[in-house]
Amino acid sequence: MAIRRGRGVAAVNYPTGMNLGGDPSQALVHSTPTGNFMVTLSSVDLGQGLKQVMAQICAETIGVSAEQVTIDTADTDTGPHCMGTFASRGTHRIGNAVIQAATEARQVMLEVAAEELEVDASDLELDGAGGIHVKGAPQKSISIFDTALAAHFRHGRSISGRGMFLIPRSYPETETGAMKPSTCYAHACTVAEVDVDDETGEVTVLTVKNVFEIGRALNPKMVEQQLVGGSWMGISHALYETTEPYYPARDHGGTDFNQYLMPGPGDLAETEIIVLERPSADGPYGAKGPGEMCANPQIPAVANAIFDAVGVRVDTLPITPERILRALKEQRAAV
Amino acid sequence: MIRLAKDYFADQRQDDLKQLGQGLQRSDVPGHVTGKTAYFADRSYPGMLHLKMVRSPHHHARIRSIDTSEAEKHPGVAKVLTHKDVPHNVYTILILIQIGPEDEQVLAADKVRWKGEAVVAVLADSERAANEAAAKVRIDYEVLPAVFDIDEALAPGAPLVNEYHGNNYYTYDSGSHRKVRFGDVEKGFAEADHILEQTYWSSPIEHAPTETTGCIVVPEGNDRFTCYTNTQAMFFTLDNTSIILQMPGHKLHFVGGTVGGGFGGKVDVTVEPIAILASKMTGKPVSFVYSREEEMQVSSARAAEKIVIKDGISKDGRILARKVTGYTDAGAYSRHSPYGAQKGAAHYPGPYTVPNVWIDTYCVYTNRTPSSAMRGFGVTIADFALEVQMDKLARLIGMDPLEFRFLNAYRDGDMKAHRQPTEGAALIECMQEASRAANWPVAEKYLQMSSYGEK
Repeated sequence: MAIRRGRGVAAVNYPTGMNLGGDPSQALVHSTPTGNFMVTLSSVDLGQGLKQVMAQICAETIGVSAEQVTIDTADTDTGPHCMGTFASRGTHRIGNAVIQAATEARQVMLEVAAEELEVDASDLELDGAGGIHVKGAPQKSISIFDTALAAHFRHGRSISGRGMFLIPRSYPETETGAMKPSTCYAHACTVAEVDVDDETGEVTVLTVKNVFEIGRALNPKMVEQQLVGGSWMGISHALYETTEPYYPARDHGGTDFNQYLMPGPGDLAETEIIVLERPSADGPYGAKGPGEMCANPQIPAVANAIFDAVGVRVDTLPITPERILRALKEQRAAV
Repeated sequence: MIRLAKDYFADQRQDDLKQLGQGLQRSDVPGHVTGKTAYFADRSYPGMLHLKMVRSPHHHARIRSIDTSEAEKHPGVAKVLTHKDVPHNVYTILILIQIGPEDEQVLAADKVRWKGEAVVAVLADSERAANEAAAKVRIDYEVLPAVFDIDEALAPGAPLVNEYHGNNYYTYDSGSHRKVRFGDVEKGFAEADHILEQTYWSSPIEHAPTETTGCIVVPEGNDRFTCYTNTQAMFFTLDNTSIILQMPGHKLHFVGGTVGGGFGGKVDVTVEPIAILASKMTGKPVSFVYSREEEMQVSSARAAEKIVIKDGISKDGRILARKVTGYTDAGAYSRHSPYGAQKGAAHYPGPYTVPNVWIDTYCVYTNRTPSSAMRGFGVTIADFALEVQMDKLARLIGMDPLEFRFLNAYRDGDMKAHRQPTEGAALIECMQEASRAANWPVAEKYLQMSSYGEK
C-alpha cells in the first residue's frame, strides 16, 4: 500500500456563443455633457467582470481611458436587447456590439470637433488623455470635454452610437447534421499531476498546468481570475461534486455546503496559467470566449493522471475514493 | 500566476492596444469586497410578502386534489396560489426560439413529475408564516411508477414521464435524436487495426452560486411591475414571463445585472413569473428567494450523461472512424436540455480531424430534477469522455498520449464532422506549450507543427 504519483494530459476546444438559437446582443453608447461615456446594455455581469471589460472595449474604440466609461447593465427599460450571459458569449457578442456603438459615437464626436477646429474629421486623432487634435499638429486641438459641451449646447448633436451583433441562426440539416453552432473556438491543454493513496482511494491534485488559447486577453488579470477559478471548478467536478452521490438513486443528495463536497483551501492544486493569443477573425479585438472552456480540460487530465498513478480507469464522474477503491479491488481480484 | 506566451501567433496579432491588454482593476470590485454592492435581496419594501412553495414529496404522482383552506386561515397569510391562478400555466423556456412543445407546468395541475416540483405558492407577511402555512396545504396524490435513469427511461414499456412529449425522449426534426453523419464510419472501422468501444457516465452537479436564485417584485402603481432579479438573461426572462402571465411586455420592468454567481443556473425562468403574478394579485411587493436547500435540490442541475464512444484507429495512431452516442438526462422537463444535447452533437469528435464520423445525441426524460444549462453546457462531459478515450487509444497502441493528440489534432482548413471548415485552430500550439511547461517531452517533429500554413 502506497501513495502513487501519476500525470495526465487532456486537450479541448470550446465554441463561443449559441447560434443554433440566434445570438443577438445590442449596445447603446452616448456621451454626457462633460465628455464621459455611458454604455447602456441589458447584459448581466455574473461576477466575472463583464462591466469592466466592456468599459475597456468602449474606451479603446473611442480613444479615451476606461475610467471615463460607465457601464449600465440590465435594466429592461433602458437597455437594448441582449440574449443573455451564457455560452461563453458575453465578451464576444456584447463586445462586438459595444465596438459598433462606440465607433458611431466616436465619429459624431470627431465631426463636432472638426467643425470646432475648422478641419476635416478624417484628419483628427485622439491622444488618449482627453484631447482631440489634428494629426501631426498636436497644438491644434480641442478637449473631449469641450467637444461634448459644443455638441450639446451649440451644435444640437447627440454624441451617440448604436451597436448590434447578430450571428444568423443556424438550423442543423436533419440527415447530415451540417450546422454552424459557433463562430470561433477557444483551445486548451492541461497537464495534471496527482498522488493517489491506493489504500484509501484519496486523490491529491498536486499541480495543474493549464495552457489556454483565448484569442486575446483583453484584461489579463480578469482572464487570470476566470481561468484559475475555472481550473478549481474542473478539479472539483472531477473528484468531488455531485448532487446525487449514488445516481440514479435519489437519496443522499446534499442540501448545504457541509454535505455538498468541494475542495477547500487545503485541497488547492498549484495552478499555472499560460495564455496564448490567436486573434479570432470576428472577435472584439480578436477575443474569444474562455469562460466555460476553462473548467473542462482538468476533468479528463485528472482522470488520466489517476490511471497513470494506479492503473485503474474510473469512467464515471465524480471519481470518488470509493470508486477508485472498488476499481482497485477489481484489479487485484483479476490478477 | 498568469503568463502570456507572446511568441505564439505573434505574426497574426497587433500588440499596440492601449486600454485593452491591461490588467486594470475592476471598477465594481471595491464594492464587492467591502459588502457595499447592492444585490437584489438587499432591497426591502414596506408590506413585502414572502413566497414559499409547496413542493412534491413524490417522484411521480397524479394529483387527486389540492386543499388550501387551512393554509389560507393561517395568521399572516395573504394569498395562496394554485395552477388555476396562472394564465398560461404550461410553458417551455426555449419556445422563444421555436423549440417546443410547452411541457412544464408553472404550478403542477394534474401530475407531478419530480420530487421537488412546485404545486402551491403561499404568500405571507413573514418567511416563517409562509413556511408554517405551506405545511398546512393538503395535497392528495396517487403515486405512479417512476424512472430514474437514461437506460430505464428508454427501455420498452417504461412509464411515460412527460405526456407533452409522448415519449421519454425529445423529438427533433431529425427524429428521436440529433444526428451528425460524415464520411463512411463502417468503412473506417473496417480499415482500422484496433477498435475500442467504451461507455462514460456522469452524475448531476450543482452550480453552487454564492447568491441563491431569487427576485423581488414591486408594483409601480400604474399596472406595471418592477422585478429586481438575478437572472442571467433579462429579456429571456421578461419575454417568458410575458407569455406565462399573458401580460404585455410593457407592463414588465426588469432590473438586475449584478449577480453573485450564475454558471448557467440562473438562465431558467423559475421565480420571476410566479412572483410577479403574486404581486399583481395582492398589490404588494413580493420576495421569492430560494433557500440553499432549494438551490441544491430544486434548481436545475447539470445533466447526468451517458456517452458511448467507439473508435477505429490505425496502428500508427490515426483515428479512422469515431461513432458516438450521447444521452442527456433532462429530468422531467426540457428547459434548455434539447439545446444542450444538440450542441453536444456538434462538439464531437472534439478538436481532432477524423474522416468518418457518426453521432447520435438524445435528450431523455426521467422523473428527476430538471437539468438545464451549466458552464460548458453540452460539452463538459463530452470532453471528459473524449479525452479519457484519447488516453486509452494512445496506450492501446503504445503511443505517448500527448504525441497521439498531436497526430490527430485539427488544423485550419480541416473539415469538421458538422461540415464547417476549421478556422483559427490553436490546439497544436497549446499542446506545444504544455509540453514545455510540464516538462513532458515529445518528438521534435511535433514541436515543429503548426495549426496553420503549410502541412
